[in-house]
Amino acid sequence: MSQRHILALYSNFNEAEAVVKELRATPIKGFDVNKDLTVKSPIEHPEVEEFLGNKPVYVQWFTLGGALMGGLLGFFLISAAQGNFYAQFKGGKPIVPFPPNFVLTYEMFILGGVFISVLGFLICAGLPARRSPLYSAKVSEDQIGILVKSDEGAANTLKAIFAKHQALEIQEEAGK
Amino acid sequence: MKDIREDIAWAKINQDVLNSLENPRKLYWVILFVAIAMLGVALGCEVYQYNVGMGVSNMDNPHMWGLYIASFIFWIGMSHSGTLLSAILHLMHADWRKPIYRFAEAMTTFSLMTAGLFVAVHLGRVWQIYYALPYPNERGAWPNFQSPLLWDAMAIFTYLSSSIIFLYVGMIPDLAICRDRMHEGWRKKLYTLLSLGWEGTDRQWRNFRVTYLTVACFLIPLAVSVHSIVASDFGMSQQPGWHITSFPPYFVAGALYSGCAAIITLFIILRYVFRFEEYMTLPILKKIVRLTFAIAMVWTYLNAVEFASVWYSHDQASKDVLIQKASGTYAPFWWAMIFCGSIVPLTLAFKRFQTNIPVLFAVSLLLNLGMWLERWMIVAPTFSHGIYPWTWDHDQWPSFVQWGMVFGSFGWFTLLFMVFCKVFPSVSMYEVKEMVYHRSQATKKLEATGEFAAAGKGAH
Repeated sequence: MSQRHILALYSNFNEAEAVVKELRATPIKGFDVNKDLTVKSPIEHPEVEEFLGNKPVYVQWFTLGGALMGGLLGFFLISAAQGNFYAQFKGGKPIVPFPPNFVLTYEMFILGGVFISVLGFLICAGLPARRSPLYSAKVSEDQIGILVKSDEGAANTLKAIFAKHQALEIQEEAGK
Repeated sequence: MKDIREDIAWAKINQDVLNSLENPRKLYWVILFVAIAMLGVALGCEVYQYNVGMGVSNMDNPHMWGLYIASFIFWIGMSHSGTLLSAILHLMHADWRKPIYRFAEAMTTFSLMTAGLFVAVHLGRVWQIYYALPYPNERGAWPNFQSPLLWDAMAIFTYLSSSIIFLYVGMIPDLAICRDRMHEGWRKKLYTLLSLGWEGTDRQWRNFRVTYLTVACFLIPLAVSVHSIVASDFGMSQQPGWHITSFPPYFVAGALYSGCAAIITLFIILRYVFRFEEYMTLPILKKIVRLTFAIAMVWTYLNAVEFASVWYSHDQASKDVLIQKASGTYAPFWWAMIFCGSIVPLTLAFKRFQTNIPVLFAVSLLLNLGMWLERWMIVAPTFSHGIYPWTWDHDQWPSFVQWGMVFGSFGWFTLLFMVFCKVFPSVSMYEVKEMVYHRSQATKKLEATGEFAAAGKGAH
């Protein structure tokens, strides 16, 4: 069955929350609220996460991996370079001295953590991205958008729910 | 008085900030012109020094660092308050940072870029900067990984790249606003490219929040480590006047101090030039001023600790350097440093001056003059009164080439900073909206429960 994309715009978070709650409470064939619903907002709003339900964030795992990788890479690269001095006279000093190497290991730990966190962010947030089928510049100004993807048969029910909650504007487009 | 009006419409916030990108006051162009002229002086001096040799800078043995390394430390220090304070205030949920953190972070980035130039310039043969980079020479020998100078290179690279990332990631939602609102042209193309297709979806915001917080957590220890390592350049040597245990915290406090003073200066300039009176408000300025005063007192205390520990250490060479600073050739500058760094900030303790813009502008410039003198007074006196008596008659006065380069570095920084503010939004639009939204919600809640009237003041 062909699919539709519908975007409804609201003037505040309370209206958007009421819509999401009604969509959750109403079983609609051809529309899964957990998969097919996206809320777009001009600001980061913790309540959006609450009414959408807990969705996992994996960026911190990238951070952990990046920091450990950076630290280990830093330490072993420095140690390998210092190993080049093996044949040279070291005056009884250790070939791989831990205290001074700690400083660079620490810097590499942070560098790896920061770089890979941002990589993780791009992957997890799906960026860079092409514009979604429906996008309104008003979302980056002062309106809250609710974008849904559904089977064609469910489109009218969804539009009726959006209209019931005083949507400022409803846009519709055929999707894949 | 509230930090910001809670009834500003979100569309107006967009409009005001976007207007700043296209219609600044005429003073903007004057500043830009002066900055380019100052940069021209530095370029002239560098070309002259490059062609003729380091002799024209009046540097000799043992004065190998001069104003160049003093300015390097100054600019590294200047960079500290931007990203570090932004990260700390973000973790502490101090939302008054929101209208001012963007330009402070930009200040960090451009200060670091300015600082890096001095390292190259002080070498004379600028290409030899590769000796500070971790790769082997033609004989297979690597740089000394136990040297604080190499740590410096790594720490500054990490700090610069992380600060740029922090600045950029925090700017993505605003770049999307610019993309949506700008007319066709090079700006729209630039913002479209840099905003990465941001649409403000719940998925994007969720991951954005965690990433921004994580990077902020990394930046705090990183910023402290960077200036501690710069302090190690001095503290780990055996030179009198430098071999001091308290140097790392002293450097970090000094860095925060000069950074805060610079934030005040730039706050006042941007507020006027870009018509940001509604966002960069006097109550926010008052908070920065109080923070600066507190840091000034920490710096003063650490100075006193340094003097006392040198005086009572019975290390004659260190004591001689301290005496020489206070009574020798450099005495006027040393006392000027004490005056600008410890006496002038006392004006910030008075309420009437905490929002007096002309006074604050003058004070912030004097504070930074004091902090620049502090760095010079760390570098020069030790060279002219080291352990070996042959250094004792080597008072060195920098030539016009060194002064020209220092002068021009302010032009270079100003040029980069002002161009940034013209191309990218220097006030975070989405975060000011958050600030306005959350504060108005809190006020409504208080009004609903009747606590607002009882308290007789705003939510924050």
